[in-house]
Amino acid sequence: MADIAAQLEVLRPQLIRFARGQLRNDAWAEDAVSETLLAALEKPQSFAGASQLKTWLVGILKHKVIDQIRRHAREATVLVNDDGDDVADELFAENGHWRSAPADWGDPESSFAQRQFFEVLEACIEQLPPAQGRVFMMREWLELETGDICKELSITPTNLWVLLHRARMKLRECLQIRWFSNAAGP
Amino acid sequence: MSFFHQRCRDVSALILSAEDRRLSLRERLALRLHLAMCDACTRFASQARLMHNAMPRWRRYRESDPQDRPPP
Repeated sequence: MADIAAQLEVLRPQLIRFARGQLRNDAWAEDAVSETLLAALEKPQSFAGASQLKTWLVGILKHKVIDQIRRHAREATVLVNDDGDDVADELFAENGHWRSAPADWGDPESSFAQRQFFEVLEACIEQLPPAQGRVFMMREWLELETGDICKELSITPTNLWVLLHRARMKLRECLQIRWFSNAAGP
Repeated sequence: MSFFHQRCRDVSALILSAEDRRLSLRERLALRLHLAMCDACTRFASQARLMHNAMPRWRRYRESDPQDRPPP
């Protein structure tokens, strides 16, 4: 049991980071992680069977994070309306044409083969505005269906698509600048 | 917006929408037509595909061993 405690201690900062990335709120993230660790300590028998401690914990964490989203749905949704950020206005001219054509990103595998690519991707996701980041993470990290995201946050499908679209556009822009135009890139 | 003359701005939005909902038959046709004529949007579509394929790998990256990761 002492061994479990030590391992949980090591993993805790990382779990906090994951929860914070999704929830965009330190206090909620802390609660989600505390609940996760508590659940882990209460079920050491299922822990003993888990070959990958971290994967097992992240699995629990995802449920606890969804609980937090549910608990704070109203506060989380207030942000949706404040998130006016849209990069499309800079990318397209008045007539709807590209101001400058998108670049060739080359062979995806040469980016995917580098750990640094995922560090950049992670940093770009962390930089998304709060509401965009939250729905993006619900979709891509928690892997929720769009209908479920709408339900949890009490927003309309249109509202959700606008946020996801802006998030993906921003992410593309960030990858272009920080990876594909960068010397460290592919 | 005319069926045969979609603006690149709307086409890029359609391409990204496909990540989160199933496009209608009409939308898919309009998209194909536009991509057949537009190199810029075709390149955007490959960028979107790269991002799509990066997601499952990113999830695995996050859950890989902490020793491999630099401190935050």
